[in-house]
This record gives sequence, C-alpha cells and structure tokens, in this order.
Amino acid sequence: MEFGGERVLDSINLDIEDKAFVTLLGPSGCGKTTTLRIIGGFQKPTSGDVLFDGSSIIDLPAYKRQINTVFQNYALFPHLDVYENIAFGLRISRLSEAEIDRRVTEMLASVSLRGFENRKITSLSGGQQQRVAIARALVNRPKVLLLDEPLGALDLRLRKDMQTELKKIQQEVGITFVYVTHDQEEALAMSDTVVVMDAGRIQQVGTPEDIYNEPVNAFVADFIGESNILDGTMPCDYKVRMFGREFECVDKGFAPNEPVDIVIRPEDIDIVPADQGLLCGTVTQVTFKGVHYDTIVDFRGFKWLIQTTDFCPEGSYIGIRINPEDIQVMHRSEYSGLYGDYSSYSAEYEELVEEETEEE
Amino acid sequence: MKRKFLAAPYVVWMLLFTLVPLFIVIYFAFTDSITGAFTLNNLVSITDYATIFLRSIWLSVAATLICLIIGYPVAYTIAQCKPKTQRILHMLIMLPMCMSFLLRTLAWVALLEDTGIINNIITSLGITPLPLIRNSGAVILGMVYNYLPYMILPLYTSISKQNPRLIEAAEDLGCNKVNVFRKVILPLSLPGITSGITMVFVPAVSTFYISQKLGSPGTILVGDVIESQFKGAYNPNLGAAMSLILMILIFICIGITNHFTKNTDEEVMMS
Repeated sequence: MEFGGERVLDSINLDIEDKAFVTLLGPSGCGKTTTLRIIGGFQKPTSGDVLFDGSSIIDLPAYKRQINTVFQNYALFPHLDVYENIAFGLRISRLSEAEIDRRVTEMLASVSLRGFENRKITSLSGGQQQRVAIARALVNRPKVLLLDEPLGALDLRLRKDMQTELKKIQQEVGITFVYVTHDQEEALAMSDTVVVMDAGRIQQVGTPEDIYNEPVNAFVADFIGESNILDGTMPCDYKVRMFGREFECVDKGFAPNEPVDIVIRPEDIDIVPADQGLLCGTVTQVTFKGVHYDTIVDFRGFKWLIQTTDFCPEGSYIGIRINPEDIQVMHRSEYSGLYGDYSSYSAEYEELVEEETEEE
Repeated sequence: MKRKFLAAPYVVWMLLFTLVPLFIVIYFAFTDSITGAFTLNNLVSITDYATIFLRSIWLSVAATLICLIIGYPVAYTIAQCKPKTQRILHMLIMLPMCMSFLLRTLAWVALLEDTGIINNIITSLGITPLPLIRNSGAVILGMVYNYLPYMILPLYTSISKQNPRLIEAAEDLGCNKVNVFRKVILPLSLPGITSGITMVFVPAVSTFYISQKLGSPGTILVGDVIESQFKGAYNPNLGAAMSLILMILIFICIGITNHFTKNTDEEVMMS
C-alpha cells in the first residue's frame, strides 16, 4: 500500500479467525488504520488482495461488503436522530417498518440507550455517541465489525467501562471484531489476538500473553508494557551472557555466541542483598506508584527499571536475581539499541509519550 | 461587556441607515404625496400593480430554481476536487462578480439584440433571426447569469465542509452513490440551499435594471415601477408603499423556503 509514493503498508499478511477479537496495535502512523480501511473497502491497496470467507473482496465496494465500521469520532449523521441513525442501514436494505422497529429497539436496549430514540446526535455525550455508533453498525448484523480507535475520545473512566462492555457485546453477538488502537493496555485487556504493527509492517501476532511474555523484538517489548532491553550473547542453548555474567534461561535455537536482545520485565526482578545478587547496582531514583515503587538501578552505566513492593532508598547498593523463565531472548532487529534503557526515565516522561501517541 | 462595545459601530450604523430609513419608508407609504396627511390610498392603489408583483415573483422564482438546478451540480463538483483546483474554480466563480453588474447586463444586450452578435451569426448561416431579447426568457436569463454565483457559493460552502467520514459511514451502511447523495449529502446541504435561494431570490425579485435592458414593457418588474415612482412619476409615497409590500412579500417567500427546507429535512428522516 502506498500513498503518494510513500509506502505506508509493507507486506501485510494477516489471517483473522472467525468470531475472534483481533486488535491492530501500534503507534501513530504505523499503518493500522490504513489496514482497517482496506478491510472496510474505503481504500484500495496498490497491490495485494483481501479475502473474505475464502473469496476475494478487493473489487467489492464498501457498501456491498458484509462488514460494518465504527469510525473514529463516530461519524454519526447530524441531521438524523438516534433512532434514525441506527435504522439507517436497515432502511437502505429496505426492511419492513416493523422489522426495522424491532431491531432498532432491541439494539437500543443492548447499548443501554432506551428512551434516547428522538434525541439529536449533538445533544449526546461522547460515551452515548459511541454507543449509537456501535448500535448503528451492529444492527445490520455484519460478519465483521471494524472499530477504529472507538474509545480514543473518551475519558479514562468511561474508556475502561466501554472496554468491558465492548468485549461483552462481542461475545454476545459472536462476530469477528477487528479493533484498532494505540493503547496497549486496551489491546491486552480485550483481544483474543493482538497484531503489533510498526512502520507499515506486522511485528508480531499472538495472544496478549504471548505478546507480553514472548516479544519477538525490541520494538514489541518496548511498546507493550515496560521492559529492560539489554545486549547479550547466547553462548549455547539455555544460557545467555550479559554484563559479563552467564544466566540460565529457557530459550534455545540461536547460533553459538549470537548477539541477542534480552528482555527482562521490571516486575520479574527480585531485589536481594548485594552479596546474594547475580548483578549488583546502585539505586538512583525511586518513584512511588501506588501498587509498587518504580526503582531505577544503575548496573555499570546501564539503568534498569525494577518494579518492586520493597522500598530501597536512593543510593543503596543492591543485588538482583532473575528466574530463568523471566529472561526473554530475542534476535537482533533494526530496533536493537533503540529502546529499553531507563537512563532518561522520569515519571512525567512516560505521560508525555502517551500524550504524543494520542494525537492522531 | 467588551463584546457589546465592539458591536457598537455596527449598531449605530444599522440604526442610522437601516431602521431610520425603514421608518421613513413606512411613513411615506402611509401619507399622501401632496397633503402629507395619513392615507391608505397608496397601499390600496398597489392592487393596480398586482400583475407586476406576480410577474416579478414568478420570474425570480423561475430564475432561482434554474440557478439551483445549474448551481448544485457545479458546487458539488467543485467540492469533490483537490484543494488547489477548488481554490481556482472558486475564484473563477467569483470572477464575474468583480465586473460591473451594468456592464455584464449590457453585454447580454449586445449578444441577444435582433441585430446582435448571435442573430448576426444565425442570419449569416441563412436562418431567420430569433426573438432573443425583449421577453421574459431574456429577463430570466439575465437574472440567472447575474445571480448564479450567489447560489453556487453557499452551496459549495455547505457541501465542502461536510465530513468525508459521513459519506464513508453511509457507504459502510450499504448506500450506493445515489443513496449517499440522497440520504446524506443532500440533506446536509439544505442550509446551503436555503441561503442560496434567499441570496438569489431577494435581489432578483427587486431588480430593475435587468428587465429594462433585456425585457419589454410587457415584462416590467416591481423594481422598475418603484424606480420610476422616485425618478419619473414623482410619487415617492406610492414607491414607498410598493417597497414596503415587496419587503413583506420577500419575508413571506423566505418563510416559505425555510419551512419547505425544514420539511424536507424531516421527510428525509421519515423516508
């Protein structure tokens, strides 16, 4: 897929299972919305094909596809009321008035908008508009529902509620949801399958657990949750070498002495007295986060993030232990060395990054 | 408080040059031209001019509808173009407005006259000359030509500001191109239609120059009569009464338009 000569999607090959909740996850401009628009029929890829139930729909215009979309910012019809917005698709397919009324009423009930039939769209709150948009799409009983950052415009609290509700709706109607978001928490919480994308390419496809526990490269590891990403080598199977020490691990299949990226999640690190530690370092910063402390520890110039419930004061010299199954070894990629160092870490920095990604 | 202060110049302006003159017009309409005493004669004698009023309305309604029919596709097409093309086309639509209204109308006279450019070409081809001027058709043509931009511009504005996602949403819900237009683009452009109709109809119904140049004594319009009352017949009181009635008729026509477009709005919801 190219726009004005710029390649925005590159060799996307994705199988979406029937009735699955699939999330396309990635930062702004990674191509996730474009992918969705290709599935929806709003954009034609410069090359490639889209198969639906085994047959190509690449030449089928959007209005003939058994797919409906919940648009970013909803795209509700301002000249119609709530009822007519939901009834829109049914009227186009010329259903009987009684059938339309039955289905719209049923849909209004399932998105908890009874009594809002004759309200103007402009008089609704963001959350209510959201529900109308979902109802308007689902009332047509599509085989696939596409959702383009549907919760992006809602506040945090409402977003959490709608996440649960969307998941519930998906299980009730039993159809495929293809969901686009840049919010990794949302993706992990709702999906059966997460597709992590960056720079127009699929980086990894897997269950939320796979994606979190077994990231394939430094990008995925960094984008999903917090990670310490370290340089190392694999001297042999089940052994990894970093910071001049060998650690046991559960990974294999790498070439002898292959340079690798190693991911260690901050919550998997145990703090022990310095004399018992596999590695020892100095605490440089501690931030209280409620459930845990974000503790930054300097190991020979490389700063790690450790999330721990044990308070270690700044300046203390501590040791750490890591269980073999908590060490994830990855092949080197173009993302190696870009992420995973917490030298510039600060609590505010995280929030800045999040705000940046929300602008789209 | 600040905002009120900022509007003050316009409020003063409006008082001096809109409201005060309006009351002068009303005063003149209800007074005798010679004695200056209160009278309803001016308003009563307007009934003599009923056919002229009806003709004015009929010709300008026709011109307005033609403007709408020609203007809508143009506005729609411009709105679909690339932004750069849109700017150029927008400017081209505006271009005739930059030229003198009188000059443009006179140019049509030169074109349509019995011995004008078009008839000259026709006769040189051996066809008998056509009666192109001094009839209602020529007056309507003059109105359409002069007021078309006032129809296109509001239509263009209302179509081009529509959210393209709404069109995609309609396609997503099963609309083909025709239905997208009927169910989304047209109803959403109703405000543009209303203001386009108003902006063409109001100047057209009160115009006087077009009918003098392109029409005949049989196509004389209210505007011409009002003008002659002030400039020729020296009966400003009758002229004032006519202006007043014309104003009321215009308000009624705008009211009907608004009512009509509002109804369509609801019909779209019902259909």
